Amino acid sequence: MLRTAIRNLLAHKARLVMSGLAVVLGVAFVAGTLTFTDALNNTFTGIFKGAAADVSVEPKAAFNTGMAGMDMNSASASLPASLVEKVVAVDGVSAATGYVQADGVYVLDTNGHVADTGGAPGMGISWTTNPELNSATLVAGQAPTSSDEVAIDTGTADDLGYHVGDHVTVLTPGPRLQATLVGTFRYGQDGGLAGASMTAFDTATAQRLLLAKGRFSEIGVTAADGMSHTELADHLTAELGAGYQVSTKEQKAADRAASLEDSLKFINTFLLVFAGVALFVGSFLILNTFSMLVAQRTRELALLRALGASRRQVTRTVLIEAVVLGLVGATVGLGGGYALAFGLKGMFGRFGLTIDSGLTLTGATVAWSYLIGSAVTLVAAYLPARRAAKVPPVAAMRADLVTTPRPLRVRTISGVVVAALSAAGLAGGAAGGTLPLVAVGALGLLVAVIVLSPVLAVPFVHGVGAFLPQLAGTTGRLAKENALRNPRRTAATSSALMIGLALVTGFGILGTSARASIDRTVDDVLRADYVVSAAMGQPFTPQVADRVRHIDGVESVAVERYGTAEIDGHQGYFSAYDPALVGDALAIDMTDGKLNGLAAGTILVSAKEADRAGLSVGDSVRFEVANGQSRQLKVAGLYGDDNGLGPYVIAMDTYQATGGVPLDQNVYITLDRSADATDVHKALDRVVDEYPVVQLRDAEGYKQDKRAGIDQLLTLINALLALSVLIAVLGVVNTLVLSVIERTRELGLLRALGMDRRHVRRMVRLEAVVISLYGAALGIALGTVLGLALTTVMHDQGLVATAVPVPQLVLGLVLGGVTGLVAAAIPARRAGRLDVLDAISAT
Amino acid sequence: MSTLERNDRTHLSTGTTTAATGDGRPAARSEALTKVYGDGEARVTALDGVSVEFHPGQFTAIMGPSGSGKSTLMHVMAGLDAPTSGQSWIGDVELSGLGDKGLTRLRRDRIGFIFQAFNLIPTLSALENITLPMDIAGRKPGQAWLDQVIDTVGLRPRLSHRPAELSGGQQQRVACARALASRPDIVFADEPTGNLDSRTGAEILAFLQSSARTLGQTIVMVTHDPVAAAYADRVVFLADGRIVDEIDAPTADRVLERMKAFDRTEPTTTRGSMGGHDRDGAA
Repeated sequence: MLRTAIRNLLAHKARLVMSGLAVVLGVAFVAGTLTFTDALNNTFTGIFKGAAADVSVEPKAAFNTGMAGMDMNSASASLPASLVEKVVAVDGVSAATGYVQADGVYVLDTNGHVADTGGAPGMGISWTTNPELNSATLVAGQAPTSSDEVAIDTGTADDLGYHVGDHVTVLTPGPRLQATLVGTFRYGQDGGLAGASMTAFDTATAQRLLLAKGRFSEIGVTAADGMSHTELADHLTAELGAGYQVSTKEQKAADRAASLEDSLKFINTFLLVFAGVALFVGSFLILNTFSMLVAQRTRELALLRALGASRRQVTRTVLIEAVVLGLVGATVGLGGGYALAFGLKGMFGRFGLTIDSGLTLTGATVAWSYLIGSAVTLVAAYLPARRAAKVPPVAAMRADLVTTPRPLRVRTISGVVVAALSAAGLAGGAAGGTLPLVAVGALGLLVAVIVLSPVLAVPFVHGVGAFLPQLAGTTGRLAKENALRNPRRTAATSSALMIGLALVTGFGILGTSARASIDRTVDDVLRADYVVSAAMGQPFTPQVADRVRHIDGVESVAVERYGTAEIDGHQGYFSAYDPALVGDALAIDMTDGKLNGLAAGTILVSAKEADRAGLSVGDSVRFEVANGQSRQLKVAGLYGDDNGLGPYVIAMDTYQATGGVPLDQNVYITLDRSADATDVHKALDRVVDEYPVVQLRDAEGYKQDKRAGIDQLLTLINALLALSVLIAVLGVVNTLVLSVIERTRELGLLRALGMDRRHVRRMVRLEAVVISLYGAALGIALGTVLGLALTTVMHDQGLVATAVPVPQLVLGLVLGGVTGLVAAAIPARRAGRLDVLDAISAT
Repeated sequence: MSTLERNDRTHLSTGTTTAATGDGRPAARSEALTKVYGDGEARVTALDGVSVEFHPGQFTAIMGPSGSGKSTLMHVMAGLDAPTSGQSWIGDVELSGLGDKGLTRLRRDRIGFIFQAFNLIPTLSALENITLPMDIAGRKPGQAWLDQVIDTVGLRPRLSHRPAELSGGQQQRVACARALASRPDIVFADEPTGNLDSRTGAEILAFLQSSARTLGQTIVMVTHDPVAAAYADRVVFLADGRIVDEIDAPTADRVLERMKAFDRTEPTTTRGSMGGHDRDGAA
């Protein structure tokens, strides 16, 4: 039977390509996603693996903020230069050197602007002269040796178009620096910085600009021969005492990788969910294709049965074909997946997330691809194979096979039950704010819709198809009947499009709601006329606020700073304000206590956080920041969750007293009502223009800034989903081509009876449009339900407004129809080209 | 009755007008039709200079052994296939002058088809199948004529059924009704009873016979069954791509006898001895 199976595959090459395509697409998506995810992870972990020092000594943090050295409070702590001497003296140390490293350092582009790094940090470092301890490698020029020399990473140099010898302006948290670019360097092993920019100064300049004279942020140590890293770390801890954080290269890489994994979790999860969807859609394609192929071969299989093949043998023939096809498809799909990952890399690069790591197909990816390719194909082919085996041998003798569509009753009942349960779960979860219940409900509803899709297709096609005869006469009527003739196939053909559009719609509603929520929160909360903040949300020099305060016509300037603290041992974000000024900047809605209760010894807590921690006004909490400083603070009030604030608010005095970095996050400016707004604006502009890293925004601009992140995320999601729509198109093409092959005789008859090529093509196109519209409509309806449920359940996460992007949904529907037209191009051409005589005599 | 009405209908304007005039004008004719398939060793001459005429209101059967070219003749004359050389006409329209579009319209407007199997579009009801060629053309069928056709084939109670719900015989009757409903110049039937049992087949043949006799419909039927051929007014015999004989007012026995003669004389001798009948057939 193996030979029969393989002969069969080879005998029908067109069929092979068609069904193979489904496998290729599914596997390509999975392989592409996995490869890309690998590269993404490698990029970030690669940065830290590049560290040259065997063991590092840092100021001890009270807790790990999980922000991989980007936290403001912990960065403020530093080490004295004298410690380096102490370290060198420790047994087993071969060499030691102090590093300076800080955020907020940018090389301005030739136009004097901060280059957009898409949110990646701009770091400043001291150049380490000991090559053994230097993580950076010079590529061109030389190392900076004086205060008017800098070196930058090659990526940034390329982006900004700078060459060694150019004159550059460097923005630092302190003063600006005019310097000569003396060298370019590569950081770590593969030079990957994930889009971050890095500027190197000589040590003294770095200390002066970024830290303080004679201070280091970290000391790097190399181990003497024969000394293990762990052993050395133990020695250092013993010699230096408990006041320092001593970690080996390996520990550090693992810690940072772990904390990064946390922040990349969203992207990874999203991509994997996406791969799952792709696979799901791919399985549908395979199932669909195999069902059609088996149906077309009914007579051939019946002949095998008549000649004495057992049912099991017939099943096995089909299954062997499936496995061979699955393996071949997986191989091609792997290649396709690599190409896809390459495309994703380019796409993410456009959004500022530079993937430096090369794309490699790992063993795991290859294994998954083959496993999925063959397993899914096998599973997808099993049902049609069983059906094939049930073909009575007598069918071989029958001239024409009347395939009566199987009834949809079982499907209807089970689908309705699942749908009802899922809807109940969804509604209950959304009302009760329980995300897991909503997730289960959403998944259930998706399954229910897939199960019910053939049932729903009939009334939909009847409804939409009612216009077709008026629109295109007999051609339209035939197109409608063709879309109706096998509701299962119509449903399966449209399933990929349905799932894709359901996701687009769901995310669209989530995104639009998030935007609307930002607008509403800003409208409700922002009282200030202007907000000054950095383009990428990084903190900036307090000079800005000082200068602005002196402008005539500015009534109030309130500064906002952020930090991470442990409150009664629970880690959370806080913001700090001057209690006297915060009311000018923000209209904070208090649920208990008073806003003016905020003072040096008090803290304000969000209602939700208070609920979680069981806090009420008057309670005392322990407030500890990462540098180890702590205070007992009294809860002075609780504020509502719709204020756009984090869980805690403290007074600026507490922030400064606990060693908070003197850098501002936002500066809120309120104008004197009697002043001339235009004049004041001009004066503000002049000040802000001197600080390229910050921007002046009015309420509208502030909203736009806040929305930008969401927009970027949405664009990314939509770009990915566009790929799933591409799969959908290919799926429709595949099914339609097979339909055309299946209906060869019928098309021949129509041509013989006088239907011209144009009308035959139009008939196929109309059918495709109806099927695609069905998929789009069903997807949009499902996506709307899911999006609304998600938005409702995320109300507490700040989604205070619900908005449905109606124009986009209409556009989605239209695009669905266009998808059909595009997909029908090849099958329609094929149908139109059929030779009449060949067609009517086809078997 | 219908000849006049048919002539009233707008005809395709293109084509060559034949010399034939008045009532003697053939519904379809061919002149020196040749059809060659393949090249070199694999070269097969399916039609070898066939000239034939089919007269209005006449029911003609084309007979011949397998491979005699009878189906090819039908395909070429019905505009489904192009000849290698020679010409053929439907009414006064010469087929070689028409492109795919012209041929499509010709088939749609002036020819009716009945195939051996797979005659009907499975998604359409019996009535929709009957009116399909007119629907494609965007024409309204004449209701009285349609009623007459439907009643003649006895399908009225089944009009809303889909092909899958009809028996083989009923399906063929729907195909007959469709072929007649648009009042074509000529109906081509390709083994219309090949898939039916003899009783059902007889019904179809009787129907075709009466269509020619009472409705004046020109019918050309390809068959290899002498019994079927006996229903025709005239039988044309084909062998090796040539017309070798013909019989007027045939009976099954005469046809069978003539066919047996082929078996004895085949293959080459028939050509020379029977060639003369080509012209006689037109008389």
